[in-house]
Amino acid sequence: MIVGAVRRLLAVGPLLSRIVAAIFGGYALAALSSVAVLALPVDRTQAVIGGVLLSFAVYTGAVIWVFAVRSARRAWVGLLLAAAVLAVPAAAVWKGYGA
Amino acid sequence: MKVPGIRQTMSDLHIWTGLLVGWVLYAMFLTGTVSYFRDEISQWMRPEAPAVKQVPDAALVSDRIVASLAVLAPTSTQWSFSLPDARTPTVNSFWRNPGPRRAFGSATFDPATGQKLAVRETLGGDFFFRFHFDLHYLPPIWSRWIVGFCAMFMLVAIVSGVITHKKIFVDFFTFRWGKGQRSWLDAHTALSVIGLPFHFMITYSGLITLMLLYMPWSGNIALKTPEARQGMQAQMSAFLQPAKPSGQSAPLTAVGPLVQQAQARWNGSGGVGGVGSVNITNPGDAAAQIVVVRSERTRVGTSPQYILFGGVDGKLIRTVDEVGAAAQTRGFLYGLHIGRFADGTLRWLYFIVSLAGTAMVGTGLVLWTVKRRQKLPDSDKPYFGFRVVERLNIATIAGLSIAMASMLWANRLLPGGIANRAKWEIHVFFIVWALTLAYAVARPARKAWIELLWVGVAAIGLLPVVNALTTDRNLFASLRNGDGVYVALELTLLVLAGLHAMLAVRAAQHRSRVRVAKPKRSIEGAAA
Repeated sequence: MIVGAVRRLLAVGPLLSRIVAAIFGGYALAALSSVAVLALPVDRTQAVIGGVLLSFAVYTGAVIWVFAVRSARRAWVGLLLAAAVLAVPAAAVWKGYGA
Repeated sequence: MKVPGIRQTMSDLHIWTGLLVGWVLYAMFLTGTVSYFRDEISQWMRPEAPAVKQVPDAALVSDRIVASLAVLAPTSTQWSFSLPDARTPTVNSFWRNPGPRRAFGSATFDPATGQKLAVRETLGGDFFFRFHFDLHYLPPIWSRWIVGFCAMFMLVAIVSGVITHKKIFVDFFTFRWGKGQRSWLDAHTALSVIGLPFHFMITYSGLITLMLLYMPWSGNIALKTPEARQGMQAQMSAFLQPAKPSGQSAPLTAVGPLVQQAQARWNGSGGVGGVGSVNITNPGDAAAQIVVVRSERTRVGTSPQYILFGGVDGKLIRTVDEVGAAAQTRGFLYGLHIGRFADGTLRWLYFIVSLAGTAMVGTGLVLWTVKRRQKLPDSDKPYFGFRVVERLNIATIAGLSIAMASMLWANRLLPGGIANRAKWEIHVFFIVWALTLAYAVARPARKAWIELLWVGVAAIGLLPVVNALTTDRNLFASLRNGDGVYVALELTLLVLAGLHAMLAVRAAQHRSRVRVAKPKRSIEGAAA
């Protein structure tokens, strides 16, 4: 019975992994993108509003990506790569505003 | 193991994102749809308030309301009231009560007298509007997160649905009537494609309306001081926070002439009223300010446009015509969502396409069961999950119509004197909705569909009768008096009752057709 349970968990593992990647990973990426936009040389308030406006598109794109690729691992790698790219301006912003 | 292609994975994503939150989405869509006629529903639910014959002069009304508020809320730090227009015959006002807690008082005024209007206690059409993003019985913040979560699922379902249907526009011209699953699929596709730009816009802009709740991070990082936060708020709303009062009392200047000045400015740019609302901070204090806000009926975007006056000397302090580019974009998306600018034909178009969106979600939900019913080993004893989906579908689709109609019944039948009357209208809505769910669980599914749809026909179709028996504003009187809102609303109710009757008849015919077709079915319809 335990073996059966473990086997079932392994079977749904990749799916669960994708669901987590989509809901939480996608949200984190969207939030990160909204912060990265602050690095642009535009008015601060407009950057906040503009970044948030776009973040829902980033979220949607991330979810589609997570389920479109061939494996859960690829889904995570893609999200992490995108996050790494966005992390550069986001970190600069973070430092710049003394957070 | 063969890796499924992208169309298959997108199809799965579409099906599951759609199903899991489909019931909430359906309720959001339908209550949101009727909210395009929120003001008209409010008028119907307050039969004591006279029909709008002519929009009264905004400046005169403003002076009357200010005089009333000075009596009603003399210690308030902020008064706000909307001015009547072609769609709203009353003045809706609210004010900030002094004290550390953010508490507001509110009242509905008769523009002709400036006195509080003696109307039955009801939320009117505002209930459906609020329900579609605040739900009920839950703290609003929770509700808004739930609603936002569902809206995100909707957005993903729309995008994955489009990817699934490579031949989406070709499919649109293919309609196979009376072919069971195929017809449901075709109906779902047609409804989705007709309104695709609208569905996408309405979902995305819906998220935008509450975007800072969902994505507060960049604002928290970049805008730390209260001034910076207020600066952002001022980019999105004309509702300014009251400044610190000076402590010196000084009489408020006459508001009427300021409203006239604003009208002179905005009437020139087309539209009727020009002025939408007036907002007064620190009335009676030397630091008082008066904000005259431009009506949202005459422009698409809802970005703040207002004139700020000194509250004591009445001098113009500043005029705001536009905000920054990103804020302007946000205001435009917000405006597209709530459609306050839409009059006449455009408002009906909003209503109909939004109704198509509701039907898109509804047909999607039904399609899930239709597709799986054929594969059931024993169609009389489906598995648990199937039964749950089936019953929830019935209670959501057939039940919500009954619940919404029952609230209008309660509006006419609940006695005027009872405590919390407005709240009881809402309790009736939820009690009836829960009863439809109980009924859907207790009855065989097909019978529950048919019977509840017929109950819906009666509940909606008899509303003009209930109105005729309880008020003197029956359909014929309304026709005689040229009361367009009452006539249109009650005729629409009759059309909607007819629509439910059509669905009931179709649901009754459904089973027999499938039975006949069954022996011939050899190729399973390719699941899309």
